[in-house]
Amino acid sequence: MSEVLLRIEGLGVRYPKAQKPALSDVNLEVGRGERLAVVGESGSGKSTLALALAGLLPRGSVSGNITWPGLSAPPVAGRDIGVVFQDPGNSLNPVLRVGEQIAEVLVRHVGLSWPEAWRRAEELVGQVGLPDPARTARAFPHQLSGGQRQRIGIAEALAAGPALLIADEATSALDTIVQAEILALLDRLVRERHSTLILITHDIALASQFADRIAVFHDGRLVETGSAEAVTTRPSDAYTANLLASQIDLTTPPLIGEAL
Amino acid sequence: MPLLSVSGLSKTFRSGGREVAALDNVSLDVFPGETLGLVGPSGSGKSTLARVIMRLVSADAGSILFDGVDLLSLEGARLRQQRKRLQMVFQDPLAAFNPRATVASALDDPLRIHRIVPAGERRRASEQLLERVGLPTEFITRSIHEISGGQRQRVAIARALATEPDLLVLDEAVSALDLTVRNRILDLLVDLQRERGLSYIFVSHDLAVVRAIAHRVAIMDRGRIAETGPTPEVVADPKSAIGRALVAAVPTLRKAG
Repeated sequence: MSEVLLRIEGLGVRYPKAQKPALSDVNLEVGRGERLAVVGESGSGKSTLALALAGLLPRGSVSGNITWPGLSAPPVAGRDIGVVFQDPGNSLNPVLRVGEQIAEVLVRHVGLSWPEAWRRAEELVGQVGLPDPARTARAFPHQLSGGQRQRIGIAEALAAGPALLIADEATSALDTIVQAEILALLDRLVRERHSTLILITHDIALASQFADRIAVFHDGRLVETGSAEAVTTRPSDAYTANLLASQIDLTTPPLIGEAL
Repeated sequence: MPLLSVSGLSKTFRSGGREVAALDNVSLDVFPGETLGLVGPSGSGKSTLARVIMRLVSADAGSILFDGVDLLSLEGARLRQQRKRLQMVFQDPLAAFNPRATVASALDDPLRIHRIVPAGERRRASEQLLERVGLPTEFITRSIHEISGGQRQRVAIARALATEPDLLVLDEAVSALDLTVRNRILDLLVDLQRERGLSYIFVSHDLAVVRAIAHRVAIMDRGRIAETGPTPEVVADPKSAIGRALVAAVPTLRKAG
């Protein structure tokens, strides 16, 4: 691995009142410029990992260490870490124009003036592939489709030029065609900016297409990590093997015979 | 003869001075014992079509023949009589059930409303439905809230089966489930179809799952049927642009090499 961006050691997360921890004893390194997929089903702890990395969990619920050898100072969420969430309909402010929300990140974290920030927000709207950026920046979230809103979510997450972009089920609410477009966009933007990408997904096939490395989570534990090819073709953990066997793609034998 | 025959169905939604043609002259057939996959991107009209067939949304034009009866002209008792022969399962059963429902009340309602069995036998009939969808009969006392998503979807299927329907409309019914849970539900649907000769309309944005379960597929785009045919043929050689895009967008595991 190249230079280490972040190192997770003995990470545990326990939510108040929960019977068992959301994450237990996670150890993982992420290299600068790497595209890592974190794969797991519901309750695996994969989204908790995203929140822990972004520093969005209450201090008392987290144990262990996350260090950032690749950064000169501890990261600030929004500036050094951008997060794209599953449902941009929830994560965007419904009463602010989408350009304002992007500009706000630039004013707050980059120190631009409002007019500068607005100009840069329009550029970002164009860079995420939305038509007529000056006009789209003035739209409210409800005036955009789900895929367009997710592009705005990406523009906002990338606005301050973060070292790390976390996409947490960022395409799960979208149809497969829009999902493929959004992933291609993320892939291109992260490469252009030499950012690091952590793609959190329940879909191991998707992970294998877009990531260099895959970390598989199950029941709050990291059960396996390896190159995308190794994990999908030679899984070392029984859970991973089961997940792979459960995949349905265009080569899976159909479950049905001829119609009755 | 088809069980369900939709012809020339159109539906326009009006909102904020804009008109959106959700369905534009849609025609399709569903035969007894077969699964028709209904696939398309968001906004293609597939869920609207499912809802019009269920009479949850009215149509502007067109007809729906169900077992030879014009479904759109029925009202009152005659509609209820036909309506029990079509049932629907939604993506999110938590949103589809009364939030205070128990498994018992969810299963008892259709048995009572459609007078499927006498009052004294309803409990036993509910337990049999639970057993058929692979849940223990003890589940009958649980609240809909406290069971898992996969278990809840089994209850939704049991409830749909209660009226002994001929057609189930499954609207993204497995899309929110974990893979292993999803596959067991798909197996259950296939078993039920073999056992009872049920027809399914399986609405999904996921062409790979549709290929696994549907005998025929109709691909929708912007309110129209872009393409239809036997599923293996359509997937192997899609003729429409949207069909090609859907095939290309299916995530595929990286293979060795």
